[in-house]
Amino acid sequence: MEQTQTANDGLRVVIGLGSCGIAAGAQDVKDAIAGALTAHGVKASLEETGCNGACHREPIVEVYQGGTHWTYGGVTVAQAEEIVEKHLKGGAPIEEWTFQKGAIAGEVEAFFSKQKRIALGNCGVIDPEKIEDYLAQDGYTALTKALADNDRDQVIAEMLASGLRGRGGGGFPTGLKWKFTKGAVGDQKYIICNADEGDPGAFMDRSILEGDPHAVLEGMAIAGFATGATAAYVYCRAEYPLAIKRLRIAIAQAEAKNLLGENINGSGFTFKIKIKEGAGAFVCGEETALIFSIEGHRGMPRKRPPFPANSGLFGKPTNINNVETLANVPWILRNGGAAFAAMGTEKSKGSKVFALAGKIKRGGLVEVPMGITIREILQDVGGGSDTGAPLKAVQMGGPSGGCIPERLFDTLVDYDEVNRTGAIMGSGGMVVMDETSCMVDIAKFFLDFTQKESCGKCTFCRVGTLRMLETLERISEGKGKMSDLDLLEELAVKIKETSLCGLGQTAPNPVLTTLKYFRSEYEAHVEHQRCPAKVCKPLLTYSIDPVNCTGCTLCARVCPVKCITGIKKEVHVLDQAACTKCSSCSEVCKDNAIHIE
Amino acid sequence: MNGDTPQTDLTPVDRLIDQFGSGMEATIPLLQGIQDEFGFLPLDAIRHVTSKTGIPASHLFGVATFYNRFRLTPVGKNMVRVCLGTACHVQGGGRVHEVTREILELADDADTTADRLFTVEPVACVGCCSLAPVVVINGTTHGLLDAPSTRKLMRKYNKAEKKAATEQS
Repeated sequence: MEQTQTANDGLRVVIGLGSCGIAAGAQDVKDAIAGALTAHGVKASLEETGCNGACHREPIVEVYQGGTHWTYGGVTVAQAEEIVEKHLKGGAPIEEWTFQKGAIAGEVEAFFSKQKRIALGNCGVIDPEKIEDYLAQDGYTALTKALADNDRDQVIAEMLASGLRGRGGGGFPTGLKWKFTKGAVGDQKYIICNADEGDPGAFMDRSILEGDPHAVLEGMAIAGFATGATAAYVYCRAEYPLAIKRLRIAIAQAEAKNLLGENINGSGFTFKIKIKEGAGAFVCGEETALIFSIEGHRGMPRKRPPFPANSGLFGKPTNINNVETLANVPWILRNGGAAFAAMGTEKSKGSKVFALAGKIKRGGLVEVPMGITIREILQDVGGGSDTGAPLKAVQMGGPSGGCIPERLFDTLVDYDEVNRTGAIMGSGGMVVMDETSCMVDIAKFFLDFTQKESCGKCTFCRVGTLRMLETLERISEGKGKMSDLDLLEELAVKIKETSLCGLGQTAPNPVLTTLKYFRSEYEAHVEHQRCPAKVCKPLLTYSIDPVNCTGCTLCARVCPVKCITGIKKEVHVLDQAACTKCSSCSEVCKDNAIHIE
Repeated sequence: MNGDTPQTDLTPVDRLIDQFGSGMEATIPLLQGIQDEFGFLPLDAIRHVTSKTGIPASHLFGVATFYNRFRLTPVGKNMVRVCLGTACHVQGGGRVHEVTREILELADDADTTADRLFTVEPVACVGCCSLAPVVVINGTTHGLLDAPSTRKLMRKYNKAEKKAATEQS
């Protein structure tokens, strides 16, 4: 892990309070530490930070003293109190609980060693609610220098040299986008930060906004200077209340220091940022829909051209970049475009953040150089499967992406290489699946999502996705025909060809990739009415194994439809006609006596 | 139309109009403000916005029904958001949803309990994927759930609320 923060002689205790840390109980741990510090009369500065990405180890508590630094992971309230007593008061670190010396040290090393953290550089290091922390990491120096040099073309040249491409999924070169907006004619220009992170399974934008909001604001201001925009919006999902709160704090702090707002640092450049909360529509991640939403309308995409660079928000030239893209900008200007371009492949430069979730041992946020393989991310960084069962596939790109099978895990992390598999890089969500995930079910899950989220403008996207969903439902109920597979492929092509925006053009990808790589699973559902992963309920049969059943009565008590009967200490019987296949019985059975086929 | 509550106190709506203005751009912030105030969008509040700002009611309803966050029916006292994002789905979020509804005894097509103590809302993704499956109850996230732990969690909330309700009456 990078330890850029210089520890002072004073004792500092830092707790990760991102959304995931809080969900894992970090607030309780912080309160416990505060209480114990008082109880033991220990003087220490208790500080907060964002998420360092090791979500699987939350809550994380770091102790800095003199030149030493200890990180405790998976801290409970009881452990927190013990840490205060033994380490902070007694001066003896409880080494076995730490990242550095504990049993998990090797895993932590593996999780961080292949990472290259740029967009996440400050996440989990600085206190996101203190601008001083950001300034101490050279924050706002890139903006200040750009304004002092006053050379907009140079900024754009640096961005072009970096090779940075849109991290929201589009992959369009950022420098080129800026150049178009700079060249557009208009009395008012806008910058929009797209923080409508809608892909289920991706959470890097949330973590960056919660952990390092100033980097995004600085990136926006630099984009504003380069393109000639003086007003800006952050369009953020309403599901991210903590991100919105920290953005508001950050904007107020930057304005108070005149790093944003009127006449920044006397340079003559004015840049004002407002926050717009989204209202829950996946399609608003599409830029023209997002613009309509800010203007107060339903978020329905329109035909391009004209592109937002020429006619965007309120009809004015507008540059839209994603959160992660903008978070890279200050680093690129401080270190030079060439330093960024030194990493990666020919057409995909720099580093990319991925959200690892699903059946993975070390889930969380990881930032890796482009050009490493998917297998390295999943095995070396993520530690492979959480259950020990072999991995079957990874879903990349969310509802617009696809499922990449294990045999293609040596694919390089590169926009074009990933596209070749039928998936997309997307915003970087990686949901890992093992043999307990049914690929027909996954395809159905995404179609259900896109079908609900279709804005309804294009007929094939509106009706075609529904027909595909119905077909998948039939298959998952064992009522499908082999011709349904052809029907799915036919509809998929038509939806792709006739949809206006990315949502429709990519909606069939999850079906197409699962059909391509996991056709045998579809065939098992259709021809044998069998779900190999034992997920599709209508195809399952529950019964009680008389050999294993001990008559403990747990299943009979939990069954919501009372279809299990039996006397205590005698073998129970399940009435399959009444069974709703809810799986309550198998969840509570301790004797492995519920048989599912 | 559900949610027609003629006795709604409209003072907060006037305050929101003062704050956000009456242009088209104010549509979503106004609706969000009204929903924050009342928990849903009461019909007379929408009508009030139209009469004060001139934004057509059809536009307000069009927007309100387009975005997932807006609702036209009242919510229960406790908001239970069950995440059904990809990671949660793969880790058993659907089952967590079922158990939640079972324990709170929700009718098949209802999202709010008959006693208005709980509303259960599926959400696409709350961004806590490494703790999947998760449920957010009144803003507090509970992660790494399975059916038995969800049952326990919901029973705890349900019991506390039922007890509070009995004590009040």
